[in-house]
Amino acid sequence: MAKRLDLKAVDIFYGDFHAVSDVNLSVSPRSVTSFIGPSGCGKSTVLRTLNRMHEEIPGARVDGEVLLDGEDIYARSADAVAVRRTIGMVFQRPNPFPTMSIRDNVVAGLKLQGVRDKKKLDEVAEASLRGANLWKEVKDRLDKPGGGLSGGQQQRLCIARAIAVQPDVLLMDEPCSALDPISTLAIEDLIGDLKKEYTIVIVTHNMQQAARVSDQTAFFNLEATGKPGKLVEIDDTEKIFSNPHEQATEDYISGRFG
Amino acid sequence: MSTATGLSSPERPATTPTFQAPSTGRKIKNNLATFLVGLAFVIALVPLVWVLATVVVRGIGAILSSDWWGRSLSGVLPESYAGGVYHAIYGTLIQAALAAVIAVPIGILAAIYLVEYGRGRLAKTTSFMVDILAGVPSIVAALFIFAAFISILGAEQSAFMVSLALVLLMLPVVIRNTEEMLRLVPDELREAAYALGIPKWKTILRIVLPTALSGTVTGVMLALARVMGETAPVLVLVGYSQSINFDPFSGNMASLPLLMFSELSNPEPSGQFRIWGAALTLILIIMILQLGASVVSRFSAISK
Repeated sequence: MAKRLDLKAVDIFYGDFHAVSDVNLSVSPRSVTSFIGPSGCGKSTVLRTLNRMHEEIPGARVDGEVLLDGEDIYARSADAVAVRRTIGMVFQRPNPFPTMSIRDNVVAGLKLQGVRDKKKLDEVAEASLRGANLWKEVKDRLDKPGGGLSGGQQQRLCIARAIAVQPDVLLMDEPCSALDPISTLAIEDLIGDLKKEYTIVIVTHNMQQAARVSDQTAFFNLEATGKPGKLVEIDDTEKIFSNPHEQATEDYISGRFG
Repeated sequence: MSTATGLSSPERPATTPTFQAPSTGRKIKNNLATFLVGLAFVIALVPLVWVLATVVVRGIGAILSSDWWGRSLSGVLPESYAGGVYHAIYGTLIQAALAAVIAVPIGILAAIYLVEYGRGRLAKTTSFMVDILAGVPSIVAALFIFAAFISILGAEQSAFMVSLALVLLMLPVVIRNTEEMLRLVPDELREAAYALGIPKWKTILRIVLPTALSGTVTGVMLALARVMGETAPVLVLVGYSQSINFDPFSGNMASLPLLMFSELSNPEPSGQFRIWGAALTLILIIMILQLGASVVSRFSAISK
């Protein structure tokens, strides 16, 4: 069940520091949106507000509205745990749980939410691993620890783990930055498959990657150090990479700065 | 291509080579430093080996005697070599075990609070108090328990009072060690769990603690080994008994350090015999604990 995301006048603070100002954007269901921009411009920060992950940092605070199919995930009645169950995340560095086997890693979310039915867990494990294009490589060693896989396999394991809880939206924070080109290609292919079922938002430093995988691209920038980052423009990926509206976007994409 | 080798070949003009053997001065300094480091190691080793060898040589006879592990000293005359120390072994083990039962849960929970929840004043104060408690000498802990529980609350002297003093000594070790182990668990794992919609308490219980488990268990065992040899609490808080007392909550109870202390006043050679035997027994028990700790850390849940 993919859902749409809308950000309305979102401002993000870390204590007194105004990290990102006035972000307005929409992400439609079953599409891939990529966030690009120079380091420190706040694209990861914005991504982490989409599943209330930034709250784990003391002093972090969000103004404005983040709507998931029209429902404010920052509403007083919204439980951050429930929000994260609905909006999954894959991180920059693969982070499988070191105490668990491959299978247990995949079903960790369900198991820790209280699902006990072994048959169902096995089914979910297989379906998720197939969904992450990892099943063929690991099906004979499901009981081996997840830490024994290669970096690219570990990242696909983390994707399998994230889709096993069947989120509506999948956030990816530079998922390929620690991987070699072949593993990167595998993940990119996977993103293409996943967008049939999920709404995907991906942060990337690799502009070719943004151009390859995403339908829509958002360019973030900051005017100067110490100033908050902001969304410069968001448009169809094709448009951003061929004929962007803003000069700053064109400069960044053509490598003139950043 | 020239087949000539060495510095005179046409491709390589004869100049001083870039890479030369170390100068004599450097070689001397190197050898001197190596010698000094080795010497320091040997010097540090001497007292250790000496103590261990002495205890083994003098105590081996006692611990190999037939009654050592299975009898108490009940009814044994001071000059006799008969009897054993199982009453003192029991005392040492039960006092340490009771202390662990109290100190380990409190210590682990306090460490979880400090690492996962503690911000601001309360955490800082707790952390500061733990540091102070870590510096408290065992005699002070013993006198505190004596003052608080025996003088003021009117409890009687017993093995349990000893356990309470040992709790004070174990707590800071358990807290500090667990805290360090929990901090070693990467935040990425916590975030991964949160991102799956797992609540914080479950993340701590099912992800963070299992990841830190082997280090925590090792720390607890080392803390136990350390308090087993504490002598001040048993001198202050419980009377010595020559016979077995299974009840830690009342009556006198022997322990290995207390037995050694009381045999000091025995002028007969059999007193010496039992002191060395008890010393070796204590070392053996502690060694078994340490071995247990290293086995646990080897068979930890984290496999690479």
